[in-house]
Amino acid sequence: MLRADGLRHAFGHVMALDDISFSLAPGRTLVIFGPNGAGKTTLLKVLAGLIRPQAGCATVAGGRGAIGWIGHQSHLYGHLTVTENLLFWAALYDVPAERRRARAAEVMRRLAIADQADRRVWALSRGLAQRAAIAKALMHDPQVLLLDEPFTGLDLAAAGEVRALLAQLRGAGRVVVLATHNIDEGIELATDVAFQRRGRFVHFAPRGAHESAEIAEAYRRAVGAGGAGGTAGG
Amino acid sequence: MPLGRGERGGRLVGDTLRHAWTIARKDLLLEFRTRTAVLSAVVFTALVLTVFNFGRDPTAVATIDLAPSILWVTFSFAAILALNRAFQLELENEALEGLLVSPISRTSLYLGKLVANLMFVAVVECVALPLFVLFFDVPIWPVLAPLVAVIALATVGFVAVGTLFSAMVIRTRFAELMLPVLLLPFFIPPLTGAVQATARLLDGRPLSEAAGWLRLLAAYDVAFLVLATLLFPHTVDE
Repeated sequence: MLRADGLRHAFGHVMALDDISFSLAPGRTLVIFGPNGAGKTTLLKVLAGLIRPQAGCATVAGGRGAIGWIGHQSHLYGHLTVTENLLFWAALYDVPAERRRARAAEVMRRLAIADQADRRVWALSRGLAQRAAIAKALMHDPQVLLLDEPFTGLDLAAAGEVRALLAQLRGAGRVVVLATHNIDEGIELATDVAFQRRGRFVHFAPRGAHESAEIAEAYRRAVGAGGAGGTAGG
Repeated sequence: MPLGRGERGGRLVGDTLRHAWTIARKDLLLEFRTRTAVLSAVVFTALVLTVFNFGRDPTAVATIDLAPSILWVTFSFAAILALNRAFQLELENEALEGLLVSPISRTSLYLGKLVANLMFVAVVECVALPLFVLFFDVPIWPVLAPLVAVIALATVGFVAVGTLFSAMVIRTRFAELMLPVLLLPFFIPPLTGAVQATARLLDGRPLSEAAGWLRLLAAYDVAFLVLATLLFPHTVDE
């Protein structure tokens, strides 16, 4: 469903991706941990087709239409309401016109923002805007979800709701790739774990029965104390 | 049952146009809500015409000789103002990134922006033309239909090139400064054609005398519409 083969990409002398290969079958969730500048965002952008890698290739079954992307920003237009934004993106993803409103209502309900439907996005708090961004990414029921620091700006309760939603999606056979620098985030969702450092996967393996604390310790060892500062991720 | 080549082509064109209209409609709705671009372009146009009105000496050069140049200089600068905002509104919350990840073709994105920009510039021109008549007392009513045709031909060329350059400069520093610097040299051929054709019309000469200039405008439109559509994906892809 999602496959990366020998991805390499550099920005000048800085190696953002260095020979990254992996594949994920339906129902798998890969959580990529790495310090700032490790190349996580570049990897997600390559998988999403935003950046053409200098070597290697990435393929997603179903192409761009099968991808749900949540980047650092919400991709929402501040002067449109949440519903108008969702309907706009649904139209671009060819969600049938007669199903768009019902689908928008459904994803807003799942993300507990149904009461924000008619508010303009600029009037939303950071956390609500992030939920609206996740709603936008789910509008076309994507087979592959690419999430770059998706918990940024969410309070504990909202982050828990999003984690529950992602677990549901995994259960429904979706592929999820989640990049974060914070090892406390999303670890319980992972079926596969990767540590990325200076563009390379220094660790890539199924999570198995490892506890979060073990993974955090392994991450510190693999990335080094400098890269694993802060909330275990830094 | 697999689709034939003709059916696939038809569906591709249909999808491209549908997505383009979705983008144009969104841009128009945003502009309707904010009114930033159209309002500033209209105010700018009124100010430029006022400055020209008071800055000329009507005893030195006849108004009718100056009027075509004034009209087209005003239209050009107003168009640049409107074009500046075309991709700027996609920078909000990095919406451009979302558009590029989505399955729509880059051509849809270009055409959507083109349609929205054409509408913005048309609105500005609709306001500017009566002001132009008011300030310069130029008899446009007998030649209104051909004049509108000249304006439409030149505007399509301006906006086709302007939409491409507006995408090109959006990620650069000083994008608002870069756009006119890059764009104005490309405006010279349609500007020349438009001024010459307008001068002949306002002078009461038959449209056939401006046929050569009209052909130039039409050729410019076709050439740059095709070129801009082909080049646009390279301006937005990383």
